[in-house]
Amino acid sequence: MTPNIAPLTLFFASIFTSNILLANFLGMCSFISISKDLKSANGLGLAVTVVLTLTNAVNWVVLRYVLIPLDLLYLRFIVFIIVIAAVVQMLEMIIDRVSPPLYMALGIFLPLITVNCAILGAALFMEIRKYDFVQSVVFGLGSGLGWWLAIISLAAIRKKVDKAPVPAGLKGPGITLITIGFMAMAFIGFSGMLPVQ
Amino acid sequence: MNSKQAKQILVDNLWFNNPIFIQILGICSTLAVTNLLSNTVIMTLGVTFATAFSSWTVSLLKNLIPRRVRMIVQVLIMSFYVIILDILLKAYLPEISKSLGPYVGLIITNCILMGRAEGFAQGNPPAAAFWDGLTSGLGYMWVLLTVAFFREFLGFGTLMGYPVAPKGFVPWTIMVMAPSAFFMVGTLLWISKNIMAAREKAKGGKA
Repeated sequence: MTPNIAPLTLFFASIFTSNILLANFLGMCSFISISKDLKSANGLGLAVTVVLTLTNAVNWVVLRYVLIPLDLLYLRFIVFIIVIAAVVQMLEMIIDRVSPPLYMALGIFLPLITVNCAILGAALFMEIRKYDFVQSVVFGLGSGLGWWLAIISLAAIRKKVDKAPVPAGLKGPGITLITIGFMAMAFIGFSGMLPVQ
Repeated sequence: MNSKQAKQILVDNLWFNNPIFIQILGICSTLAVTNLLSNTVIMTLGVTFATAFSSWTVSLLKNLIPRRVRMIVQVLIMSFYVIILDILLKAYLPEISKSLGPYVGLIITNCILMGRAEGFAQGNPPAAAFWDGLTSGLGYMWVLLTVAFFREFLGFGTLMGYPVAPKGFVPWTIMVMAPSAFFMVGTLLWISKNIMAAREKAKGGKA
């Protein structure tokens, strides 16, 4: 059964009320290590958004027309990961051909994305919640934008935190985690406004 | 691998080089399940199982895998073990499998697996790699169990589903929700760093 949610609602829900990072903890590793400066945070956010939207669309097609008819659902982890790796690789080659400056900006982030849990996580959520095609694409786009929003906010906050007097033991990852905690609390303020599944 | 080396790996992975405290790896997929102790036990056992076996396999195959494609081969090896795990959970623990939802599959992208495969298994014999994967998993397990203990106790007033809190205890709803996981891990990091710093100081004082 496909859940009955208007795509627009799902779009906003996946950005705000169930932000893939702050509510579902996906994509934490690169989130913590890349958020040190605003510029690379921005590049990574853009790359994640593009890849998330594309892979969710491709994975939906693969799931619906290959895995389910052939009764191979238990292979979905491997298949999703291969699709993600392939899409990232292709995207890398296309961007390299079409726009070298963009490639220079995004190039180093693309390989990192293959193992970003947010991408695989979105694909698995899409499968478990049984979204239809439009819902899957919208969910991918919304989740990507939500991740992007979270990482640039964190990068901006960390700039200020760097100058603050933080206890020695809490410096670095410790204070970053606590900052993320506060951001997550702020995003809880959105919950209850929109249903997600 | 002699026993001294084995002990060194154990101590490193449990404390000095703990995947969470030092490397901040692999918290992605597991923070979400730490609001219930029983889910955390299963999830971290799963991660330990997958890390140990995938490190072992990567180490066995390290001379056969061409360097250029080793990342994707490693990911496939990990997916193999995670699929086994997923099927086992579905068969024997359907309730927990359901409540873990997508997070079992996400063990594949858990950075600890990749980190151990790249950082240790690639250059060490299979037995040592297996031991390293196993102890890394255990290091990860005790930290997350600590987080889950406090989250479930304060958030629901229960432990492993049994009510243990005194009568009249008001559950802290925030502990069930996402932010508390970040606060808990942040605080644990703070405590562990302070202990480590104090020990360094004591050592420096003596010398």
